[in-house]
Parts: sequence; C-alpha cells; structure tokens
Amino acid sequence: MTFDVTPSITLVVLAAVLVAVGVNLLLERSLTRIILGFIIASNGVNVLFLVAGGRAGSPPLNDGGSLEDMADPLPQAMVLTAIVITLGLTAFLLAMAYRSWQLNGHDEVQDDLEDRRLVRHAARDLISRRATDDSGATLDEEALATRDETATDEVRAP
Amino acid sequence: MTWLAPLPVIIPLLAAGLAVALGRRPNLQRLIARAALTASLAVAVVLIIAVDKAPIVVEVGGWAAPIGIALVIDRLSALMLAISVAVTLAVLVYSGAQGVADKGEGAPVSVYYPTFLVLSAGVSNAFITGDLFNLYVGFEILLASSFVLITLGGTRDRIRAGTIYVIVSVLSSLIFLTALALVYAATGTVNMAQLAIRLPQLDGGVQLVLHVMLLIAFGIKAAVFPLSAWLPDSYPTAPAPVTAVFAGLLTKVGVYAIIRTEVLLFPGGRLDTVLMWVALVTMVVGILGAVAQDDIKRMLSFTLLSHIGFMVWGVAMSSNMGLSAAIFYVVHHITAQTALFLVAGLIENLGGTTSLTRLGSLARVAPVLAIMFFIAAMNLAGIPPMTGFLGKVGLLQAASDSGSTLAWTLVAGGLVTSLLTLYAMTKAWNMAFWQEAENPPAPRRLPRSMVGAAGGLVAMSLALAAVAGPLIAYTDRAARDLRVRTPYIEAVLPDGEHPPVLYNDPWGVDDASD
Repeated sequence: MTFDVTPSITLVVLAAVLVAVGVNLLLERSLTRIILGFIIASNGVNVLFLVAGGRAGSPPLNDGGSLEDMADPLPQAMVLTAIVITLGLTAFLLAMAYRSWQLNGHDEVQDDLEDRRLVRHAARDLISRRATDDSGATLDEEALATRDETATDEVRAP
Repeated sequence: MTWLAPLPVIIPLLAAGLAVALGRRPNLQRLIARAALTASLAVAVVLIIAVDKAPIVVEVGGWAAPIGIALVIDRLSALMLAISVAVTLAVLVYSGAQGVADKGEGAPVSVYYPTFLVLSAGVSNAFITGDLFNLYVGFEILLASSFVLITLGGTRDRIRAGTIYVIVSVLSSLIFLTALALVYAATGTVNMAQLAIRLPQLDGGVQLVLHVMLLIAFGIKAAVFPLSAWLPDSYPTAPAPVTAVFAGLLTKVGVYAIIRTEVLLFPGGRLDTVLMWVALVTMVVGILGAVAQDDIKRMLSFTLLSHIGFMVWGVAMSSNMGLSAAIFYVVHHITAQTALFLVAGLIENLGGTTSLTRLGSLARVAPVLAIMFFIAAMNLAGIPPMTGFLGKVGLLQAASDSGSTLAWTLVAGGLVTSLLTLYAMTKAWNMAFWQEAENPPAPRRLPRSMVGAAGGLVAMSLALAAVAGPLIAYTDRAARDLRVRTPYIEAVLPDGEHPPVLYNDPWGVDDASD
C-alpha cells in the first residue's frame, strides 16, 4: 500500500504564511488578537496535515476502487479531530476574553505582580523579621545582651 | 484481561455525563464521582499486576495496530495510571467537603465534578495510549478540563492567572500538533511502536527536528526551566484541590511523555547533554524561587517545578538505573507534592490566608496539621527513610555510575537543591506553625473528610516507603523493558509492520482476542 506523498508546494506555502501570521498575532498583548492568532496558526498546522497526506485530488474513501486511486484517509481523520478541538478551545478562549473585558474594561494579558512585590520589598529591606533570624538589633545591642557563662562575677562586675 | 484496559478512560467519562445530567443534585454528583474513581482505581491496581507478565494491547474499534488506535499498557503506564487515579480520588474526597464555592464567589459547583472526572479520563488516556495522535487528544481532554477548573468562578485573579495558563497551554498543543504533522509526513504513521521502528531509519537532521519539537511541546507541559515561568504564576490562584491535582498530575503527564520520547521514539540519548543542563538549571532556579516566596502556595509551586528537574535528570542519564530512579521519583513526587498542596489548603482554610508573614501559631491551634505538613515536607526534602530520599539516592547512584563531569555537576546541583528545599520547608513550617502570629486563628474543627483525605495521602507516601523494595524492583523491570524496547514493539506489532488483517470484527464469533 503506497500513497503518492509528493507534497504540493501551494499547500506548503499556505501553511507557512498562516503559521507566520498566527505567530505574529500570538505575540500581541490583546487577548482578542491572541485568539485570532491561535485560530490562524491552527489552520496553518491543519493544512500541514494535508501536506502530509500527499497529493490532492483523489477521494479518501473509495469503495471497490484500487488503492492507487485513493488519498491517505488517516491525515484527514486527524485534521477533523484537530479542527473540532480548535473549535472548542476557541469558544472557551472567547468566553475568557469577554469575562476579562467585563472585569477589567480591557482584554489585555496582565503581568504577575507578586514577584515584583517581593523584589521591591527586598530592595527596601522590608522583608518580615519573622522570615529571617534577624531580630533587627545591631551588633552592639546584641553584645550588651550577651552573658558570658564562663566568666566569674568579679570579671563581669565593672 | 484486555477488556479492563480502556476502563480507566471510559468509567470517568460516563460518570461525567451522568454527573452533568444530575447537575442540580450535588450530593448525588459527589457519590457518582467517588464511585467512578474508586472503580477506576480498582481497575488500575489489577492492571499493575496483570502487565507485569506482558504488556496489554487493545486495538480500539477493531482496526489492527498500525492503522487503528492501539491502547498499550506496560509497567510504566500501569504504575502512572494507578498512582494518578489514587491521588485524584484523594483530592476528590478532599474537595467534597470544601464545596469549592465556600468563599461565596459564586462558583458553579455543578460543573466541578463532571470537569474533574473528564480531567481524570484525559490523564488516564494520555498514560495508556500507544498512539501519538491519541496522546495529543488525551492532552487536549485534560487541558480543556483544566482550563475550566483553573478559571472556576471567573474571579478577577483567576481570569488573570488563567489567561496565561491557557495561552501557554494552547501554544504547546500547537507545537505538538505541528510535530505530529511532520512525524506523519516523514514516516506515514503515528503508532508509537511503528514509529519506534521507522524514526531511527530517518535522516539524522530530520530526526533531530522532530525530536526537539516533541521535547519542547512536552517540556512546556512538564514545566522544565526555560519553559516553566507560567507555572508559579497560574497555579496558586486556583482553589486548593484544583492546584493540588494539577501539581500532582499535569506536569507528570509531560514528564511521562518525555520518557516515552527519549526511550521509545528516539533512543540513543542524542540530546542527553542538553537534558542534563536543563535538569540542572530547572532544579536550581526553581528552588531559589521557592526560597524567596512569602505565599505558601507559590512557594510550593516553585518547589514543584524545581523537582521536575530531578525526573529529567534521571531520564537524561540514559541508563536503566537512571530511568528506574526517574520513574520512582515521579511516583514519590506525585504523592508528596499533592499532599503538601492539600495541607496548604487546610492551612488557608484555618488561617484565612496563605501569606507566611501573617500566618502563625498553627501548631497550637491544629497540631495534626503541623505533623502532616512536617512529614510531607521532610519527604519532599529527602530525609531518610522516606521515598524522597530513596529516589534521590537512586539518581545519585545513576549519576556516579555515569561518571562524567556534567553528571557530577548534577550531583552537586541536586544536593544543593535538596538542602534548599529543606530550608524553604523548615522556614515555612516555622513561620506557619511554630512562631506566634499577631492574630492567632481561633481553634475550630476542620471538615473531617478534608483532614482525612490529606492525612490519607501523607499515609500513602509513608506506605510507599514501606513497600519501596518491591516498588523499586518493579520500576527496575519497567526501566529495563523500556530501554530494550522489543517487548513494547512486539506486543503491539506481533507480525511485524504489516498485519495479516486490517480489521478484526470485535463482534465476530471467531474473535480469538481472549
């Protein structure tokens, strides 16, 4: 069972263009553009599956015909699965972008501020005393509070 | 036995449908979910024993192996399956009491149980499939349900964190899908056993491209260093049980896929040096992040991604010893890390916050919690005789057997990471439990099933240490067969690459599959 697997140059170029456009949009900050980028790039990848399936023109199901007249049906089955998955994910992404717009008035991807807060606190020396062993006392204060167990009273007296 | 194999996927899916239909009756939903996962766990335990003789192969829909989808369960799959279902069940029991929506955020509880069950089905599907495209479908099932779980309730924080998680996840899926198209174009198959035969025959450059693309896709899911920044950002804001199950399972599915890629599809360890560097940096950078954190859930997320480095280290050793240690470490880490997140959820429940600077006095208020956190934390840090220690010893041995400079660097990095884990854990325990808080929380009874589920997981991690001998023997056998590859390939393709028949009628009378 052999299929003609010479790829069609049109499909290759189409896939390349779609993926390039999609990646470009994925790099944006606005969630709507990211979704568009995801959809376009997914379609590019789906086209890539058709490239993998060999030349266009022959049917994937061919009852009674010879195998040579058939296109490879497996990539087409896979593409169908991938399309359905992309559709579902797109629906979810759209709902999420809408919710983000509802809550914030925009749909931009926001930064995580926790790490910056930690860095800022460390820079200003605001780290909680409980997080370290440091009680905040200077060395001199600590020296005053220390008692030498081995010393006799006369030595310590002054 | 073969009829058992698809059940860990089918049971949760059917139960999920039933749970959706009973959306207005949460008690019934909970009962269904628990029953389904218990049944799934029973099947998984039976499978562990059954596959110790030979891998089980099921041809779904009757189409013979290289054409149709094959489910293949070998020792690695069965072990992952059992441990993941057990942990999922524990988290489910835990979340039953919490009710997820208990903070008045209007979370739609009716979707929680069905989504959780679908997640379990997706994880199981990823573990048992013998078909690369079906692995992609498994990933998508678990990702789609994880999207719903991580944005549960749709609050501002969860949407912000969820956005990053969702975009990174769909991007990794896109890379995986592209790799699949290229793999099919290059070899004409997505059956993993057949790929194991055909991929090594390809041109070296093409192999490298496919290999690297698959590793990047799985590396994002497993959260290895340069691809891991999304994890500590998105996990901590989700509800505690959701974070726990994500931490336990989702990254490990990525690690599992990396193991399959490195051992079955592209044997020979061509990218071992890269993986060793990745493992080293993942460990060290992750744990340095954990040391700096103030929020206990964020701290745990950083230890999670730091310890992914240990598993990649084991895989990168390209030896039976290293692979066996990596598999053992996955089992250890799933239980220990999930237990820690569950206890962190209890801490939040009791103290009202996850900020370590505001928590305190909990050892007096809830001594049981203090003990559970302490045991799980010491287990993660690798204090003997617990499983964390045994896993790390295995990795150290594998590295010293290999003896290269880089391997010894890994040994040093691993030891530093363990010490820093111990430091971060001790600090957290000290601040949350030992020191006095300014406003200590009032003692009150925690829901029994939450404490029971978290305690059960802690007990399970101790029990794993008790049966470590047989368990390590099992992972040794798993690693040996995985690296030889022939048991897997011959189980799927007994007649070589070309099967005598394309289609076995599953309803036919002369079916001799039993």
